[in-house]
Amino acid sequence: MRKLIAGLIVLAFVVVACSTDSGGSASPAGPSFAADSTMAKIQTAGKLVCGTKFDVVGFGFKNPTTNEVEGLDADLCRAVAEGLGVPPEFVEAISANRLPFLTEDKVDLVASTMTATDERRLEIDFSKIYYVAGQSLLVKSDSTIQTVDDLNGKKVCSGEGSTSEKNVTERAPTAELLLFKTYTEAGQALADGRCEAVSTDDTILFGLAQNIPGTELRGGVFTDEPLGIGIKKGKDDFVAFIDSTLEAMKADGRLKALYDKNVKPYTGQDVEAPF
Amino acid sequence: MDFLSQPLLEHSALFWEGYRNTVLLTVGALLGASVIGVIGASLRVWGGPALSSLAVAYVEFFRNTPLLVQLSFFAVLLAPANLGITGDPIVVGLIGLSIYTGAYVTEVVRSGILSVDPRQIESARSLGLSQVQSLRLVVLPQAIRTVIPPLGNLAIALVKNTAIVSAIAATEMLKVAGIIETRTASFDGYLAVLVGYWSLTIPLAFLVDLSERRLGFAR
Repeated sequence: MRKLIAGLIVLAFVVVACSTDSGGSASPAGPSFAADSTMAKIQTAGKLVCGTKFDVVGFGFKNPTTNEVEGLDADLCRAVAEGLGVPPEFVEAISANRLPFLTEDKVDLVASTMTATDERRLEIDFSKIYYVAGQSLLVKSDSTIQTVDDLNGKKVCSGEGSTSEKNVTERAPTAELLLFKTYTEAGQALADGRCEAVSTDDTILFGLAQNIPGTELRGGVFTDEPLGIGIKKGKDDFVAFIDSTLEAMKADGRLKALYDKNVKPYTGQDVEAPF
Repeated sequence: MDFLSQPLLEHSALFWEGYRNTVLLTVGALLGASVIGVIGASLRVWGGPALSSLAVAYVEFFRNTPLLVQLSFFAVLLAPANLGITGDPIVVGLIGLSIYTGAYVTEVVRSGILSVDPRQIESARSLGLSQVQSLRLVVLPQAIRTVIPPLGNLAIALVKNTAIVSAIAATEMLKVAGIIETRTASFDGYLAVLVGYWSLTIPLAFLVDLSERRLGFAR
């Protein structure tokens, strides 16, 4: 009797193992690419792994009820995935780990409100700029801070390893920086008074301002933050593919539709594609 | 690998700020934990049932919850909008680390006190010394022998635990390593910081060894 049960269990395992596709052979459902191109490799892997933020409203935001990642960055990833004929897979890429994720091939691309700086271009490649954000300030409505120059001597929250914290130090050298791993934590610190301002891209601040009552953006934007999709160096064919996808989306109005859906509700303004 | 790399040299001021804060957190929390530990142990050993239970509750709570959770909690609790005590992450770190480590120190000091023969106190009291004097002149000097090695190990653990204060935005060594990495896309910052932590823990480990030998620990 025992041998029978053991045998049935082994049989069940064998059946399950044989019926599971180990992902070795992919059925090419989308367009086909040159055999050793990055796109073909992604098709073989069967999915496009994208690093996005999960806590930035309008760009990369994981909806807690639907568990879907919403926003411009996520939708751009979906568009690229559609062009490859594979499903997208989203991985949370915070400011501090998005470059290592790329260079270590943990993700195929990073669309994570990432500013395309010359420093970063030494390490990774960028697609065309898909949105120009700007650094701004989020303060409590009763704060005396008006512009970035007022930040000297005050506690300012920002994200670890973002361009934002460097810009603040340059414009206000005696500002005291409190650096958190995510902007939600920085927003919390503003709410309970541990810092007097949060400074980062206005795109991120809009989401924070919505969630934290009694706060508002001040001082306009004091930098130009061109956002691009990040790709590991050495994948020029993939960069070209993403760029042509963006061009096509601009031409047929899909890009404008994404701007209107994701960004316009928070900025209140039409967005012009910066390429 | 060229150890004194360019990214590191450019950020040397930041590195030293992180190192200073790590040392500050270690030394400050060690002092705080020692004070708390002696008080807690005294309450356990000589306090009435109420005070003793209080000490037990304190020890059991802070030893059995994660330090990260405690620090995050204190950061919000002490913030200006709540208790209004402090918004400075280093101060919150000092308080949080003192309370957390104090729970462990309490148990160590308690075992040290209990390792001293109770007849020592009786003799001291019968010679006319007050409770505090007996403690100070008779019990504690003997308890120290039992207490120094485990205290040394707690100090080493404390050095490593200061890294957790980075989670509430304190600019200590781990935070500095992260800043350097993301500004320069190199991990030289982490290497420098590892050396920084070694420079603190290795001397401590050496001192623990030395004190074990000097105090004739193996009686």
